[in-house]
Amino acid sequence: MAGLLVYTLGSAGGLVISLTKRAGSWVPALLCSLSLTGALLELGASAGVLLAGTDLSLRLDSGIPYLSYTVRLDPLAAFFTLTLSLLAACVSVYSFGYLPHSAAGRAPALFGFLFNLLLLALTLVFTASNILFFLIAWELTAVAAYFLVVFHHESEAARTGGLLYFLMSRGGTGMLFVGLLLLASAAGGLEFSALHGIGQQMPTWLGAAAFLLLFFGFGVKAGIIPLHIWLPAAHPVAPSNVSALMSGIVIKAGIYGMARVFFDFYGALPVWAGMLVLVVGVVSALLGVLYALMEHDLKRLLAYHSIENIGIILMGFGSALLFRSFGQPRLAALALVAGLFHTLNHGVFKCLLFLGAGNVLHATHTRNMEKMGGLIRRMPATALFFLIGAVAISGLPPLNGFVSEWFTYQALLAGFGATPALTRVAFPIAGALLALTAALAAACFVKAFGITFLALPRSEEAQQAREVALSMRSAMAGLALACVLLGLGAAWFVPVFDPITNATLGVAASPTLTAANGLLLTAGTAARGSVSTVAVALALVVLGALPLLLWLLWGRRSARVTGPTWDCGLPGLTAENEYTATAFSKPLRMIFAALFRPRREIQAEYEVSPYYPKAIHFESEIQPTFETLIYGPLREAVLSAATRMRRVQAGSIHLYLAYVFIALILLLLFGVRG
Amino acid sequence: MTSEIAGVAIQAALQVALVLFLSPLITGFSRTLKARLQTRLGAGVLQPYRDLHKLLRKGMVIPDTASWMFTATPFVLFATTLLAGLLIPTISAQAPLSLFGGVLAVVYLLALGRFFLALGGLDTGSSFGGLGSSREMTISAIAEPALMLAVFTVAIGAGSTNLSTMAQAGLGQSWRFLAPSQMLAFAALFIVLIAETGRIPVDNPATHLELTMIHEAMILEYSGPYLALIEWSAAMKQLVLMTLLVNVFFPFGLSAGWWQAATLVSLLLFSGKLLLLAAAVVLVETTNAKLRIFRVPELLAVAFVLSAMALVSTFLF
Repeated sequence: MAGLLVYTLGSAGGLVISLTKRAGSWVPALLCSLSLTGALLELGASAGVLLAGTDLSLRLDSGIPYLSYTVRLDPLAAFFTLTLSLLAACVSVYSFGYLPHSAAGRAPALFGFLFNLLLLALTLVFTASNILFFLIAWELTAVAAYFLVVFHHESEAARTGGLLYFLMSRGGTGMLFVGLLLLASAAGGLEFSALHGIGQQMPTWLGAAAFLLLFFGFGVKAGIIPLHIWLPAAHPVAPSNVSALMSGIVIKAGIYGMARVFFDFYGALPVWAGMLVLVVGVVSALLGVLYALMEHDLKRLLAYHSIENIGIILMGFGSALLFRSFGQPRLAALALVAGLFHTLNHGVFKCLLFLGAGNVLHATHTRNMEKMGGLIRRMPATALFFLIGAVAISGLPPLNGFVSEWFTYQALLAGFGATPALTRVAFPIAGALLALTAALAAACFVKAFGITFLALPRSEEAQQAREVALSMRSAMAGLALACVLLGLGAAWFVPVFDPITNATLGVAASPTLTAANGLLLTAGTAARGSVSTVAVALALVVLGALPLLLWLLWGRRSARVTGPTWDCGLPGLTAENEYTATAFSKPLRMIFAALFRPRREIQAEYEVSPYYPKAIHFESEIQPTFETLIYGPLREAVLSAATRMRRVQAGSIHLYLAYVFIALILLLLFGVRG
Repeated sequence: MTSEIAGVAIQAALQVALVLFLSPLITGFSRTLKARLQTRLGAGVLQPYRDLHKLLRKGMVIPDTASWMFTATPFVLFATTLLAGLLIPTISAQAPLSLFGGVLAVVYLLALGRFFLALGGLDTGSSFGGLGSSREMTISAIAEPALMLAVFTVAIGAGSTNLSTMAQAGLGQSWRFLAPSQMLAFAALFIVLIAETGRIPVDNPATHLELTMIHEAMILEYSGPYLALIEWSAAMKQLVLMTLLVNVFFPFGLSAGWWQAATLVSLLLFSGKLLLLAAAVVLVETTNAKLRIFRVPELLAVAFVLSAMALVSTFLF
């Protein structure tokens, strides 16, 4: 909890330094050290709560009715704070090297102020235990994140992306306001402790309305489809260390809100609610990855993958809700652990990948993958860590992404037996679509890694790229290590979820999810299915050594020479011969043409015969379906309504005085009548 | 406890040997049978062994554009495929390492191998490598839902994703494969098998024509021992997937433990069932023309519909 004070100190210090216009290389170092210290302190506090299983709370009365500054680290809050602190610590280390050499480094004090403010606000979001205080922290997060997104305010894309983020975030907060106040009026108090299980005591329709408002309100922040359009616009334009935090943890504030509402404020919800969450999860995951495949802007690609992973998390949450409706707390615990574990895992590998993309952007000054290539030789450490992140996000064994996807599969499989109703078909179908999502994600990361890091550089910038500063590499190393440890040590990590499932579902998860002293991960029981990432990793190492034996037996005398790649008889292989990112995803663009509605235009200039063109102009784009079909008309409607509203606001002071007068009279009448 | 671990280690070593040395035979048998059906003589069923022997002794050329990824790929591919072979029951219903990962681990280990293979293809900088990687990842992605749904259907029937448990569930009821859900799931997996092992009508393992090749395009720059590892992994992957079909759907004759006289009979039956399945694949190969790549999704959509029907019929019948 002392971390909160350090963050406050960091942001206040940043503000003061920025106002007094002091400068020097000590400024970013000081502010980054403060955020690092704060993160480490919070890490300790939340780990302590999760291990001890007891709450930690702090209450400060504000003197204003209904508002109290109560922070409480209960297991759920502690888990999200743990995730936040882990990422914040790594990003702080990264910023040591990143700030002095980036555009954000022109105003390091201002940046440090906003950065510490964001971390402070996010910690408060996860720990606030009073509705008004929570909403204040929520808005503070949005404001700090907005200013960080538009930090490169010279760029048009940053300004529009930030604005879109801010507008949609406002809409989401509006829904949250109404939803939370509905709950509060039923409970008769604004403290979170009074709201536990309140959903059961409300009239059905009111409970349902509050549920929908809160799901979509938090959904805006989490970036569920169709409320996602701000995410690929805002995340890529921010400074890279901010993008890493945005995708790693800021969107998880929405997931935290959902977890809090679904599993703390509500008891068993009706089946439709769980089904809605499951379906939104499946749609977000699948569409997220399909749109990611079409991107060749490295950071936008990663942003779309955030939508995909939010979908996977929601598949876990949706199943957990359904199991609770069916009265199956053990299965619900399995599904909840799947969702929460994926929240942490996605935070870790997405942060890692965004930092990697930041390094690439730093070295090549472009986000366009078609201008990269060959970076594995020039930036070997960045490439290795990015590869680890890519394997993890594709859900491949033995890293952490595999573990949480494995739990999700097991939860979905168990769903078929959990109910006799026809709705059970939904579970395996969702599982099959999760398989499609994961396979497409693997395809996308073959593209992202292969085009960015392998083969020949496609531009002068990529040719000149140099490896980045040590602090930036070590931040990535820390996150890559976390991917490996969370994967191999998953069975030892699962007991961390016990206090959470105990508090929300009344059962401990780890006895049913681990076996054999933590060597095995199991799905309820070992008979239902088990996996051991440690054993898989060990076996891979042993079996990978087998070819060496073959080599000793047969190949020792064989020569190994280096030669040119086959170039079809052209005068040497150049970067123009390489497959591009656009070409790589072409088959999928054709297969899913109904979704993408691709458009392409080819103009060839020739003199004598069309078979010998002088220049070819190629243009290809896909239709942004949600933007044109939903948000376009919405924007038109809002603008035309605003135009009509203009008549009311004519700019004449007399008219406004008349409005005030009429309002006063109406209020008086209302008061007299009451 | 120690003797148990020693027992598992011996079983694992035996199964490694089985997967390593049986897989080229299946490939050789398929090629010879295909040749005979096309009224050619063929090179004989032992030709893949001779190829591997020769490739392992030859020198190799590494492209100058390639990085360590190119070198790592054959090793990763080999290790993942072989490990998948250890998680799957072959001649005994008790696979040596089946506790360490069920059918999900098998599918994902193969995916890990494919991930590296596709990167190895991109690493050379040649357009062929990129072309092959792109097509391979596309086709495997759209085959995935059909594969998983069919697998789920069988797993739901057996109550476990553990492959040994799935095989044992089948052993209990010899005629279970006649259930509609099992037959439909088998049909779906058969289509997936053809797609995943790169056979006609999806891919042609014998072609080097850039318009049509998929798997071959990715590994065009590999030579010598590395090529041997990749070819061997491809043969092992085919064996793993065929074993999955054979032992999950038709487990009769599978011995329950390892150290029984029945294990030998089981080995003969297992080989016989594999050869029958290989013959079925060859029949499909010789009687069909290769599909255009954009027609392949339709074939895989058929597989998906079949497995969805399999799923629905688990509680209709």
